Amino acid sequence: MNFDFSDDQKLLRDQARKFLQDKCDRKSVRSILEDNQKNYDSDLWSQISELGWTGTAIPEEYGGLGLGMLELCVIAEELGRALAPTPFSSSIYIFAEFLKSYGTDEQKKKYLPHIASGEKIGTFALSETNGKPKPSNINTQHATGKLNGSKNPVSDGESADYIIVAANSDSNSNYNSLSLFIIDRNDPGVSISNLDTIDPTRPACTVDLENVACERLGDEGSGWEMIDNIFNRAAVLFSFEQVGGAQVSLDEAKKYSLERFAFGKQIGAFQALKHKMADMYVKIELARSNAYYGAWALSTDSNELPIAAAGARVSASEAYNYASQENIQIHGGVGFTWEYDCHLFYRRSKLLSLNIGSIRQWKENLISNLEKRNIV
Amino acid sequence: MDFNDTPQEAEFRKKVRSFLEANAEKRSTLAAKPKGDSGSSISSAGAPETVKGEDAAKVALDNAKEWQRKKADAGFAAILWPKEFGGYGGTPIEQVIYAQEEHDYFVHSGYFEIGIGMLGPTMMAWGKDEDKKRFLPKMITGEEIWCQLFSEPSAGSDLAGIRMKAEKDGDEWVLNGQKVWTSGAHFADYGMIVARSDPTALKHKGLTYFYVDMKTPGIEAKPIKQISGSANFNEVFFNDVRIPDSQRIGAEGDGWKVSLTTLMNERLAVGDPPGLDFDQIFEASKEIEVEDGLAVKNSEVRQKMADWYIQSRGLQYTKYRSMTALSKGQTPGPELSISKLVTASKMQDVSSYALDLMDMSGMVHQDQNPILKNLFQNGYFFSAAMRIAGGTDEVLRNIIAERVLGLPQDERSDKKLPFNELPSGKN
Repeated sequence: MNFDFSDDQKLLRDQARKFLQDKCDRKSVRSILEDNQKNYDSDLWSQISELGWTGTAIPEEYGGLGLGMLELCVIAEELGRALAPTPFSSSIYIFAEFLKSYGTDEQKKKYLPHIASGEKIGTFALSETNGKPKPSNINTQHATGKLNGSKNPVSDGESADYIIVAANSDSNSNYNSLSLFIIDRNDPGVSISNLDTIDPTRPACTVDLENVACERLGDEGSGWEMIDNIFNRAAVLFSFEQVGGAQVSLDEAKKYSLERFAFGKQIGAFQALKHKMADMYVKIELARSNAYYGAWALSTDSNELPIAAAGARVSASEAYNYASQENIQIHGGVGFTWEYDCHLFYRRSKLLSLNIGSIRQWKENLISNLEKRNIV
Repeated sequence: MDFNDTPQEAEFRKKVRSFLEANAEKRSTLAAKPKGDSGSSISSAGAPETVKGEDAAKVALDNAKEWQRKKADAGFAAILWPKEFGGYGGTPIEQVIYAQEEHDYFVHSGYFEIGIGMLGPTMMAWGKDEDKKRFLPKMITGEEIWCQLFSEPSAGSDLAGIRMKAEKDGDEWVLNGQKVWTSGAHFADYGMIVARSDPTALKHKGLTYFYVDMKTPGIEAKPIKQISGSANFNEVFFNDVRIPDSQRIGAEGDGWKVSLTTLMNERLAVGDPPGLDFDQIFEASKEIEVEDGLAVKNSEVRQKMADWYIQSRGLQYTKYRSMTALSKGQTPGPELSISKLVTASKMQDVSSYALDLMDMSGMVHQDQNPILKNLFQNGYFFSAAMRIAGGTDEVLRNIIAERVLGLPQDERSDKKLPFNELPSGKN
């Protein structure tokens, strides 16, 4: 049994943690939160790009470091701990993974080196309306090499240079109609308007498309299949971010409960709070273990991935939501002030539990994949 | 990252498998096989069974003893014990591997777990050489069964609050009082007991540890019928029970220290309670009809089941993390401390929800119950006990908060006063 990260991977984790403690403190997170003009921390982005983090799991022939998905999981956890305000997830977990899995060699050569170097940023545009994206509510249309429609919310859309757009390539709007297309955001037909989000350090926008030139990514009509696969991969990576953030929420709750005195003692000595923090610990450990299993499935290309990813996603989303919400509760009155940091985690946890589909949706994915496996 | 055995582990597993294949019957049906890896169980009785006749109990015990004998002959009965006492001289990971493999077979090792897992190690650490030579080998072979006489009516979670009197009379001790929740007292040959030898000393200082022959005059075990209808535990009464001082284990007044050795080993033994789990309700949901068709197709049911799945597998993968540490010869982190806390509540939630799905038929508690043979009805009762036995949910949360997270201990009024001056609610 070797269900753990290797010594090298742990070393990478320590280095990443130390680097982010230095370069991504709460002040820099807040500088993005409080500045409407800034979508992400561009200094931090260039530094982590220089360190090669953006190219971690991109093959060397396309300009990456050619390390594995486990290394990317390690980095994801640290980015989550630090609340890093960068488009890392959109560009690396999603855009790069789409290209790696479905791009032609030509497309990989065209896009991946720029993504790996961090000089360009990619993202993905799927949702168009309230509720779960599904064939009946995707109206963006592809015809004769042009895209027309409107997407929102699109994570990191304002920062992106390239956007993968999900659009119907025939007029049926059914499961087999969806295809994926890559666009350049500088195309004159693209207009972008910013949307406020529950966590302004992770921005989103509306992307309107009017006769936008595009190139197809992957097979025509297999859009949903590709999205499922890439979201499964991203879910594992996000689950590490979430575990990282949840752990810091617990650590900070604990720290405060030892500093704050009431009724003549540390509030962390009251069982009501001790038991709450024990429950946070339980959920986080379950989430960490589920995330590890996801990491194993991801790194070995196991056919367990849909189940492992959904388990990791649900467990991590629930743990982070709980930990960040109870962190506020343990802080009491100051917990809901702008000044204290609790809300940074509260915002981030909820946003991360929605961005590639809700907990509800992933629970449904989990059970339907378990049903499929049973039949096989 | 992989789930593979090391070459040595694979070799050991192969040995275990060939022993089990040759000597035991493999489990097959889902209902009879709660998912999980290890075969150790929370009490000697393991999964709930309705009380049967004395004959059935005797047959079960005889079968278990026969199995234990075979295990001992093959060297697998006490993997962690040193060879000099008949053990395997193995490592924790080998013990886990054995338990994983045995779990797939219809065998009952539960009767011997308290002895081999907890009491034997206590005797090895604190006992006299002649006692070790006399008792340990028969503990392994199952010829003599041991029980643990710790809890009392007024000392459960607060174990050091025991009141069983031990009064010295020449070379003898006289024991008076009552023990409770003693698994297997009615069939055990020997027991280990902690009693209060000095009520004027501080609570943790006035205790002394002994072993007793359960046939000593004055000892009477009475089964406790639980809400499940089973009787897995006993209350045990001591009336002027005289034992020689040679049956003392550890020094007079050292009873608490000796007990801690026993209890530390309990945490290893009581890791993986038998389970009614995600797999069982997932199967059942394919048979039960709710308002809009099969339960498995109902969105609320699916949402709930997903929660149990992540708890169930989360625990399994947590165990893999601990096993990884064991496999590398390291001490596992504290992560496994969550195991029973999560398992017991999950079992209660799963069984209560399954009964709700069954609607009116959920009321029926008969062996011919069509849905997985009463599994959920039994689990409904058994899980209530599981949330208490081996550390209540509340005690476990305290342990996580204090020992894992390092939060302050509860303020206590019982550490500074002599035991007989402590508030007890009875004076």
